[in-house]
Amino acid sequence: MSNITNQSLSEILESIKSKKISSLELTQAYIKNIENAKKLNAFVTTTFDQALENAKKFDNKPNNEQLLSGVPLAVKDLFCTENVKTTAGSNILNNFVPSYESTVTKNLWNNGAFLLGKLNCDEFAMGSSNETSFFGNVINPIGDHLVPGGSSGGSSSALAADLTPATIGTDTGGSIRQPASFTGTVGLKPTYGLCSRWGIVAFASSLDQAGPMTKTVNDCSIMLEAMSGFDEKDSTSINKKKESYSKNLKDNIKGLKIGIPKEYRIDNMPKEIDELWEKGKKILKDLGAQLIDISLPHTKYALPTYYIVAPAEASSNLARYDGVRYGYRSQKGKDLIEMYENTRSEGFGDEVKRRILIGTYVLSSGYYDAYYLKAQKVRQLIKKDFDDSFTKVDAILTPSTPSSAFKIGEKTNDPVSMYLNDIFTVPVNLAGLPALSLPAGLDKQGYPLGLQLIGKALDEQKILNIGYAFEKNCGYKNEIKKWWS
Amino acid sequence: MSLDKEKIKHVAKLARISVDEAKVDSLTKDLNSIFKFIEQLNELNTDKVEPLTSILNQSLRSRTDEISDGKIREKILKNSPKKNEEFFVVPKVVE
Repeated sequence: MSNITNQSLSEILESIKSKKISSLELTQAYIKNIENAKKLNAFVTTTFDQALENAKKFDNKPNNEQLLSGVPLAVKDLFCTENVKTTAGSNILNNFVPSYESTVTKNLWNNGAFLLGKLNCDEFAMGSSNETSFFGNVINPIGDHLVPGGSSGGSSSALAADLTPATIGTDTGGSIRQPASFTGTVGLKPTYGLCSRWGIVAFASSLDQAGPMTKTVNDCSIMLEAMSGFDEKDSTSINKKKESYSKNLKDNIKGLKIGIPKEYRIDNMPKEIDELWEKGKKILKDLGAQLIDISLPHTKYALPTYYIVAPAEASSNLARYDGVRYGYRSQKGKDLIEMYENTRSEGFGDEVKRRILIGTYVLSSGYYDAYYLKAQKVRQLIKKDFDDSFTKVDAILTPSTPSSAFKIGEKTNDPVSMYLNDIFTVPVNLAGLPALSLPAGLDKQGYPLGLQLIGKALDEQKILNIGYAFEKNCGYKNEIKKWWS
Repeated sequence: MSLDKEKIKHVAKLARISVDEAKVDSLTKDLNSIFKFIEQLNELNTDKVEPLTSILNQSLRSRTDEISDGKIREKILKNSPKKNEEFFVVPKVVE
């Protein structure tokens, strides 16, 4: 029981069900871990009193029929939580207390879980290192000088450090998969429309998607099952029958066709990433899958496309922060316009301002066709690349990131080098597809590296199955020394 | 194309963000490097490509136009930085 927080979500659920541990004891164990891990800066807000009360309530009247019975969960601070401050990592929302609950978190609570706290993230989810947060950077439990990835960096750090049994993040260009890769954990970006966007602080609406971050693939399937589902309040929510991802999890992948896209072997890619990819191919081949070389010819244009589409949508979404209806308001300025300008200048950080300016420019009169329309056309080509490939293969295997976790401060002065981190993850968002990042090995410094499985739209079950089989045969284990406590 | 300081100040005005004069130089440098990166797209001929406007193979749902909630004025006003009973308060706009 002293090691309960080391365990996977499914093991913890089993312990609760069999009364080996009470929900209260479990919650207390996580609270103790969180209090000892302040150095990681993974939390923006904790809700311990509320969590303890919910745990007691569960223990008094346990309902073990639910997917997440009696489990405390911390979530990214991009999900609106009723009566609990929701900041999106920004000064402009530093005082924002929603009067409503996001659909995805509500789904978790309806499945028996309760809130433990809100996790740090890059400001408005714009970043790949969790260094753009108003609340300071988060540290990777793998090493005190390393970033945890971003934008769901508080989520990846907290999960890897045993501060929550599982968590959720959001992924607009890689913000679940890249931090999962940097911390040796599992992260899934579901098909666009599978999880409701309602109540999630918006970044780029045609790309944003919430998803689970967990220690194992089985945990990932449980979380996805709990959080997904049709929602009338999201106009792009997909209306389909709910699937039992965890019940249907199978490790037999014999005969499945796995595509290997040649364009993902980029110039200057570290040898270790290439070796990791080879290792992944071998594992799947040994399990009876068939490897097929494919081509996704417009891969190199995905990032430039993303850096038009995402900022354009962000500039429009973030127009709502005007200092009038909610959020921060500047005291300076002699009229309404100056109040807006000062509020936004003082409330947003540098990266967010940069992206709003890019977005405003590419949508402005005279430039729309050259940038935004052009990007929408290239996005069509990128989607078509995937459509064509998926007539030949069941899933696609690629590295998750072009490197392991980098040092804090290493890329903050060069935005383009920071953006290049998402080179393998961004195409999937542009095409709306599901993709799973799996821990697959360590580099020579001992830092985790991940591999990515991309699936057809709504084919989450298949990539989870492949991931499940891969995990059993990969032998990866996160061994993190708790240097922070 | 390159963005000069004046253009950036104009875009900032459109975006309602005041830009600190001391930061304009570094902002100009950063934005130009980003646009240089973005402009790789010009290598592609897209004359015959339809723009992608929705990633889902479904059109947006419509619903009956009826009120489904209401009487939540207090909730809506709750987070306002400045309010006066039933209203949001802004700096004076008419003399």
